[in-house]
Amino acid sequence: MTAVIETNGLGKRYGRKWALHDCTLTIPEGKVVGLVGPNGAGKTTLLHLAVGLLAPTSGSITVLGGRPDDSSAQLARVGFVAQDTPTYAGLSVAKHLRMGAYLNASWDSELANSRIDQLSLDPRQKAGSLSGGQRAQLALTLAIAKRPEILLLDEPVAGLDPLARREFLQNLMEDVAVHGVSVVLSSHLIVDLERVCDHLVVLFGSQVQLSGEVSALLSSHYRLSGPRREPSTMPSNQEIIEESHTDRQSTFLVRTDDAILDPAWTVKPVTLDDLVLAYMSQARGPGHLQRPALGVVS
Amino acid sequence: MIEFQLDTASGVATYLQLVQQVHQALQLGILEPGDQLPTAQQVVAKLAINPNTVLKAYRDLEREGLARPRPGQGTFIVGTLARSDRAAQERFLALMTAWLREARAAGLGPDDIEAIYRTAVRNSFAEGVA
Amino acid sequence: MIRFAWLQFRTQAALAAGVLAIVAVVLAATGPNLVHIYDTTVASCAAQHDCSTAATAFTDTDGPLQVFLGALVLLVPLLIGMFWGAPLVSREFETGTFRLSWTQGITRARWLAVKFGLGALVSMAAVGLLSLMVTWWSSQLDKVSADQFNPLGFGVRDIVPIGYAAFALVLGVTAGLVLRRMLPAMLTALAGFIAVREIVTLWARPYLFAPMHKSLPIIAASPLSFDQTPTGITVSESARGVGLPNAWVYSVKIVDNGGHPPTTTFLNRACPQGNYGPLNSRDCTARLAARFHQLVTYQPSSRYWPMQWYELAVFLGAAVLLVAFSFWRIRRPLS
Repeated sequence: MTAVIETNGLGKRYGRKWALHDCTLTIPEGKVVGLVGPNGAGKTTLLHLAVGLLAPTSGSITVLGGRPDDSSAQLARVGFVAQDTPTYAGLSVAKHLRMGAYLNASWDSELANSRIDQLSLDPRQKAGSLSGGQRAQLALTLAIAKRPEILLLDEPVAGLDPLARREFLQNLMEDVAVHGVSVVLSSHLIVDLERVCDHLVVLFGSQVQLSGEVSALLSSHYRLSGPRREPSTMPSNQEIIEESHTDRQSTFLVRTDDAILDPAWTVKPVTLDDLVLAYMSQARGPGHLQRPALGVVS
Repeated sequence: MIEFQLDTASGVATYLQLVQQVHQALQLGILEPGDQLPTAQQVVAKLAINPNTVLKAYRDLEREGLARPRPGQGTFIVGTLARSDRAAQERFLALMTAWLREARAAGLGPDDIEAIYRTAVRNSFAEGVA
Repeated sequence: MIRFAWLQFRTQAALAAGVLAIVAVVLAATGPNLVHIYDTTVASCAAQHDCSTAATAFTDTDGPLQVFLGALVLLVPLLIGMFWGAPLVSREFETGTFRLSWTQGITRARWLAVKFGLGALVSMAAVGLLSLMVTWWSSQLDKVSADQFNPLGFGVRDIVPIGYAAFALVLGVTAGLVLRRMLPAMLTALAGFIAVREIVTLWARPYLFAPMHKSLPIIAASPLSFDQTPTGITVSESARGVGLPNAWVYSVKIVDNGGHPPTTTFLNRACPQGNYGPLNSRDCTARLAARFHQLVTYQPSSRYWPMQWYELAVFLGAAVLLVAFSFWRIRRPLS
């Protein structure tokens, strides 16, 4: 399967601080990829590196087989919506579409206009007076109508009310269904991404903590609770991600490809939210330093 | 046409929910052979889920022999739920009832029985996965 | 990109066109009147022997308008640099819209090139037109005042303002690109433009061409002034007293054939001083004229147009350097 984004030891440093460090990822095409992590984890940095707004300090990144270079051919294949969906406050919606047509060789004006109609946006309204949700939709329209091969969206639904958020995702998924574009969208809330993502990348502490297919992740992680038990007595085919104990009871979050045979355990599936949190706290906890920082599940 | 719903709290995978809803619709007569299932575009425009999920559900239905895609037109119901399942269902119901009687006689309560059931189901289906 | 840049710029262009139109109307309304007054008073003043009064009266006509127009041509390049050049790029950084415009289908270099190109062309055209109109309107006034090399006046006539406008705009854009904040960019454009203009006016313009020298006899009308210093007396003459209209007189020295100024002893004998100057001006002047002459260091009026072109070239050259720097700068992504 061809990869839309490939990074190798990618890093970006500002002064002494690494905003992104040792990032090695392969993002397959045709997926909706969720990029999750708290603020400051490096999501925006990664997206800006992918789109050519930043240059790497170390390592490399290729997007659609090419460097995220400042060439009109490369720029035409990548659609980007930055955080806070910047638009020209003084320009109307219609003028934004004209801009898209002027600046993009592959602009699909029929698609752009039908989207604006569908969204009931007034073409003559200035972007500065649109609501947050409407601006996000306008920015998404601009990115979609240039018919890119990949869409990169930086926290597109942060700060949107639930209805606007739902509408945005509906629109986005519709475009994926019709045009088959690959999507990478970032958020610091997993709940925004759960519905739409089939691939997940977790960034924490400027490093990739987890990367894999969502269905594979969910079917290979379990929460086990039962009588108090030492971790060393757990079977070797179960990787312990998180553990907590009282004097009588133990709870483990494990990753395993095999069946869990011990009837003493109460076994529950893990939600994506809990899964991500477990990997993030694993990265942070001092007792887990020996664990590999990258858990890759293909 | 059927309209899909999504229950995010149920813990059941999305594509499975879609498959189950088609099964239920077939049983209730809402869907009959020849009916068209909504396109992936229509489903995701309403539910805001990944289109691949819809395609996966439809592929499962195709594997079960319940639906088939017609190129350029959409996915259509072609079969019904096998009635012959009914006899098998009754046989296994009898087996389970007997088992339950024994379990209760041994002093197991509903929670014990539930735990055993879940373990057995999970292990049984997990063995099928590589 | 050109069409998009035009889209963003349309209102400012309309504003500029409106201002130019208003100025044109005012000049068209008052211009013919000036010509008329000139024709009736100054042109025929020789016959009536009252040229100096006619000249003074004429140069006072429409005084406030003259000042306004001079200030306008002086300030418009600066305003272009501050209020159009500086925000052109820095605004996109401040509002974050560069993340939108740099991820469309055109390269950053092309984006910048159009901003520069459109900006420079329109500023030069607008200021060129303004300067042309004001120069035309002032032609008789300039003829009478005969002061074309005036440090301020030189810069608000003919073609140099075009160079100022181009430079100011480019300076503003470059400041915005480097500083990425609108207010610092505007202040940098302001300070930078004023500084460069001052430096060129004071220290470049006088040296663009080697001045010429001329010897003129001391005549009765020469306005000599005597200075009592601790070391003795010196005599000097103001540059304006020399009868070289429309020339740029750097200095006038009173020297003899050997190039030496009059000694104190000589002056004490030839021009004994009273409380308000020499006791006998006529005798003093005659005695000085016998031995000494005026050595004038100056630029002749024929050098006016070469200097205009030269200074235009200096400012255009500076603009080109800044543009080259900006293109180099924008090649590398942020930080």
